Amino acid sequence: MKVRQISVFLENRRGRLYEVCSLLGEAEINIRALTIAETESFGVLRMVVNKPAAAIDLFRKHHITANLTDVVAVEVPDKPGGLAEVLKVLSNENMNVEYMYGFVEKFSEKALLVFRFDDPERACKVLASAGINVVGEKEILSL
Amino acid sequence: MIWNEEIETMPLENLKNLQSERLVNLVHYVYEHSPFYRQKLDETGVSPSDIRGIEDITKLPFTTKLDLRDHYPFGLFSLPRREAVEIHVSSGTTGNPTVVGYTRDDLKLWSEVMARSLCCAGAKPGDLLQNAFGYGLFTGGLGFHYGALAMGLTVIPCSAGQTKRQLKIMQDFKPDILSCTPSYCLYMADEAKEMGLDTRQGSWRIGIFGAEPWSTSMQKEIEEIWNMTATDIYGMSEIIGPGVAQECTYKQGLHLFSDVFYPEVIDPDSDKPVPEGQDGELVITTLTKQAIPLLRYRTRDVVNMTTQPCPCGRTSPRTSKIKGRTDDMIVVRGVNVFPSQIEGVLLGIEGTHPHYQLVIDRQAHKLDEVEILVEVDEKIFSDEMKQMRMLEQKIKKEIEGVLSIGVTVKLVEPKTIQRSEGKASRVVDKRVL
Repeated sequence: MKVRQISVFLENRRGRLYEVCSLLGEAEINIRALTIAETESFGVLRMVVNKPAAAIDLFRKHHITANLTDVVAVEVPDKPGGLAEVLKVLSNENMNVEYMYGFVEKFSEKALLVFRFDDPERACKVLASAGINVVGEKEILSL
Repeated sequence: MIWNEEIETMPLENLKNLQSERLVNLVHYVYEHSPFYRQKLDETGVSPSDIRGIEDITKLPFTTKLDLRDHYPFGLFSLPRREAVEIHVSSGTTGNPTVVGYTRDDLKLWSEVMARSLCCAGAKPGDLLQNAFGYGLFTGGLGFHYGALAMGLTVIPCSAGQTKRQLKIMQDFKPDILSCTPSYCLYMADEAKEMGLDTRQGSWRIGIFGAEPWSTSMQKEIEEIWNMTATDIYGMSEIIGPGVAQECTYKQGLHLFSDVFYPEVIDPDSDKPVPEGQDGELVITTLTKQAIPLLRYRTRDVVNMTTQPCPCGRTSPRTSKIKGRTDDMIVVRGVNVFPSQIEGVLLGIEGTHPHYQLVIDRQAHKLDEVEILVEVDEKIFSDEMKQMRMLEQKIKKEIEGVLSIGVTVKLVEPKTIQRSEGKASRVVDKRVL
């Protein structure tokens, strides 16, 4: 039930994010979720898109450094303490979250979050056995 | 004042005889003592008896920095290591550094040529020298130190750095002479201004600057700021350290002490001598050294030379300032840097071979800065910032370890480094020298 995330290496310079996003737009690739982590000189753009394979080909063609990483998308009740419940499960199982970010859009009555783990396989199992809904790529693409 | 009047003002004809005699002895000496040169001469088909005078020098094979590297650490010594009393190390092109050794007599020679250099710059016995060249494996600090002792200066062995302390010493002790890299001299000027000092009132009468390229305009700027006479010194550890050539107060080129370091200027492509006054690669033969004498050492420095008389009375030929390099070496803060060293480090990290570029810059009156741009390809890219920052730190640390100078590392996107004919240009030197 893993989801492929595209990570892109970006230098911190004016207009760079726009260039990358417009490339995706022209290729009719839709961004579902997005986050940026940065230092003073460079940043890493992380996205879940509707056509990950096409996106990576597109970036390669334009000499933009990018790769695919497995992440886990989780449905979280959209109410106070919703995220805490998920994190409690992970904490009890001693699973470390490398980073996480929220989804741009809502999935039914619940919020969607993307988690990056060292071991996404195990994370999926741990979450599923605690009754937390792990969302697959198909469901996301159909959004 | 001329330190060794007999030698330094010797008529050129007599100088030539002295060089001839010394070259003949040298070739016999290395043939007997150095397995490296014996093999090299045998391979070239030259027997010591073929060398009868200085004009025969062109029959001899060249020695390169690669020879020194390939015989690391002591393979080019003509004497057993225990005969050396001192060893110095400078950076090499790749992998191993360059090691040089000195016998007691070699140190005497070094003291002699440095005493000549100091006098040539205008020093007088009893003067106070503030020596801000680094002491240690680098030959700059100790070379000046030995020369100062030999000619009767009082030397303050400040070494490089600790600028506030340097300036306090200048104010309190009133030294007559300053020796350091030219960029450090300008750096001190800025610091002095920040401290509210009037640099024109500084005590230094004479400055002796070297170990990195600098221009005549920089020389004038230093003279203006500090109200001193700034002179240029040339040398390299392979030959002896500082003290190969020194500018006199007439500033018409650097007097090269050719009775002990025989110079040739050659076309680096054809290896043939170029006419006097024309630019070419400086090649030096150490005529009297014992521990590590070198035959026709390719300095890779581009200069031109003249034997025209100098108003100071010294007859030794004069070289121009260094006009460039025949290889890709760059000198940063007195340290030799080869792009191949950076390549070696990057290759060692994750086994990748990313594109890189060195950008050397010098803000007005600041020390040279080195920035290394590394293109991030898929092999070294990670979605985790932690990994990326670690990569940046690792590259920085390892390069600093190899170069012994501080650098900044910047990760850049692919294809940001300009390529010409498919090859990336490895060095961008933005310094206005």
